[in-house]
Amino acid sequence: MAEIVNRHNFLDFVYDFYLKMKSKDVNLVYEGEITHQITKAFTSLTESKMLREEEPNTVQKKVFHVMVECLQNISKHASQPETATDEKEGKGIFMISKGESEYLVTTGNTIPTEKIDGLRYMLENINNLDKEGLKKLYKQQIREGRLSEKGGAGLGFIDIAKKTGRPLEYHFLTVDKDESFFVLTSSISRK
Amino acid sequence: MQVIKIKGSDDTPTIILDAENNIMEISGRSLPEDVASFYEPVLEWLDEYAQSPNEKTILDFKLVYFNTASSKLLLDILLKLEDLSDEGNEVLVRWHYPDDDEDMEEAGEEYADIVDVPFEQISYSLD
Repeated sequence: MAEIVNRHNFLDFVYDFYLKMKSKDVNLVYEGEITHQITKAFTSLTESKMLREEEPNTVQKKVFHVMVECLQNISKHASQPETATDEKEGKGIFMISKGESEYLVTTGNTIPTEKIDGLRYMLENINNLDKEGLKKLYKQQIREGRLSEKGGAGLGFIDIAKKTGRPLEYHFLTVDKDESFFVLTSSISRK
Repeated sequence: MQVIKIKGSDDTPTIILDAENNIMEISGRSLPEDVASFYEPVLEWLDEYAQSPNEKTILDFKLVYFNTASSKLLLDILLKLEDLSDEGNEVLVRWHYPDDDEDMEEAGEEYADIVDVPFEQISYSLD
């Protein structure tokens, strides 16, 4: 009996999930490890969908740019469980949705709570800059920044802000004392 | 000198470095899984080339996409050309961009601002 109830619960969950995805125009949701293969698969999936839907070339390119940088942020910066080996890529949730006037690319991943202040400072700094300011910051970072061991150049957020021309929307949720959940949403205008 | 010919894929660019025929070209898409090791042979080749460069060095970039991790390595390549130019060699970078791609045009302008090398921006049509 318990098993049947559970199955019903699960079916309800599946249907509910489906309805919620549709109501939010979500095209793709993924939770797990973000590898290079995953990045390639998601970008090519989204690209062919945009091509089919005859999305303007410039919009396609911007969505591609933002997706790659967001996915790489998770794989390079998400906090790892202590048991993880060095090779493990970061885990998180990735979502892309298409609305009337814009695409939304959302990522969520856990980070060590102690990194919040630095991250917030960096994001606020980017959000307060205009186009010229972003260009300047980008040029400064590309010259002075060093490639991290995981191949990050510290340019991802700046690049997203530059390419979309919109502020980065972000939130931090508390998981526990040591860990927080970082949500970032980038929007790309379809015009 | 050894010739480097790397055929491009959906995440790596086509690269031709041929000193004898004076062809240096990087084109296509660049988001390799490991940028540093992908571009390492290119940087090494440029170091060797700098020992006895051609009378005129022209590097053609014809990229349609590169991620931010690649952008750092592209700068490293350009800095090698800047060194070459500083040593009194004639160097030219030709930055080709699709005529409808403002972001790629802007990327070229930004590199031109950062490195001290003659830079030529060339738009082309994809049709």
